[in-house]
Amino acid sequence: MLTKRIIPCLDIKDGRTVKGVNFVELRDAGDPVELAERYTLEGADELVFLDISATLEKRKTLIDLVKKVASAIHIPFTVGGGISSVEDVRALLSAGTDKVSINSSAVKNPGLINELAKEFGSQCIVVAIDSRNVDGVDFVHTHGGTKPTELETIAWAKEVAERGAGEILLTSMDHDGTKSGFALDLTKRVGEAVSIPVIASGGGGNEAHFADIFHNGKADAALAASIFHYKEVEIKHLKNELAKQNLPIRL
Amino acid sequence: MKVAIVKYNAGNVQSLTFALNRLGVEPILSDDPEFLQSADKVIFPGQGEASSAMKSLKEKGLDQVLKSLNQPFLGVCLGMQLMCESSEENDTECLGIIPQKVLRFDSSEVKVPHMGWNDIHQLKSPIMNGISEGDYLYFVHSYYVPVCEETVAVAEYPMAFSAALNKNNYYAIQPHPEKSAEAGMKLLDNFLKL
Repeated sequence: MLTKRIIPCLDIKDGRTVKGVNFVELRDAGDPVELAERYTLEGADELVFLDISATLEKRKTLIDLVKKVASAIHIPFTVGGGISSVEDVRALLSAGTDKVSINSSAVKNPGLINELAKEFGSQCIVVAIDSRNVDGVDFVHTHGGTKPTELETIAWAKEVAERGAGEILLTSMDHDGTKSGFALDLTKRVGEAVSIPVIASGGGGNEAHFADIFHNGKADAALAASIFHYKEVEIKHLKNELAKQNLPIRL
Repeated sequence: MKVAIVKYNAGNVQSLTFALNRLGVEPILSDDPEFLQSADKVIFPGQGEASSAMKSLKEKGLDQVLKSLNQPFLGVCLGMQLMCESSEENDTECLGIIPQKVLRFDSSEVKVPHMGWNDIHQLKSPIMNGISEGDYLYFVHSYYVPVCEETVAVAEYPMAFSAALNKNNYYAIQPHPEKSAEAGMKLLDNFLKL
């Protein structure tokens, strides 16, 4: 049986792991390769690296980092942040990443999803969707959740799946950073609208939240960052607890 | 030991190379028929789409070469599917090493691609030595080989399908051993020891 995946997310800036608290203050959370190794040993099913470095020069640091990570760990990992072309994706895949995640660039140019899926296969194309509820309607936001668009989240999720995305990384901006639980209803609706896997992100603060998003939000995977970095939730313990609740989990 | 990785348009081999390095092997990426024929082991990776992968193999004349090798051969993921008779993916005629048809998962029944860690059972091949019934490997695929005479490991999603195949010197594995933590490393190590 296919298991539910637990995915730690590492925000990367200039080759280091950082975590924004309320998207502003960036605290250093350590060496990404060390963290990746630690998470692999603790039983993480997959890793996501989000690069928040801006300049081209610093992107080269990212390629070096991807190579180091790929040689250090033997579980799948995704790289996202600032990817906007076939060449970007080719460089990352040949450095050893398994999947890439695109977000703002897909909204700006939806054809990019088709192009990437055709070139590299759907299995390595993750589309990240940042969603925020505005007056009762869920809208896609871009640029780290700062820029609203007119795309409704469910409609966009269907579109990216039709265009060839292999997976959706759904972040609820309303829940992100709150540690009050994942967005159950939104995740469930997106999951029911598409036939590709959905990773829930934003709001996971304790073990019960993870059980909830798998049982009631129908998520295929759940992603979190700081609670893992600062060991507020320990992956091995989390997975044991989820298995006790009859969820399919790789132990 | 001379380990060759088949070079064509559907192989992203960096992770596989790193995994083999960890096992003390420096694989050589090659599309040279003579080199492939002389290697001690041949690994046939693959990701992407079946018809363009077959086209690339034919252009290089590798389709005939791969079918007639005598040393231990390991197809991975799309590589395993290409070893079969044909694939529903763009109605592609494949290498025909394993006389089976590759089918698509029904997306009205399950999420496609089948992506993530799945347990494997009914293990019966030396490449499964030291791997336990119920161990997990990492899968990413939209097409599958049904359970057949050549099946040496079964996974369920939710119906049973082939997680691994073996016919003579030809071995194949649907999940990615290079991404399957310790169990995957064990499988690669077993293959190298054949």
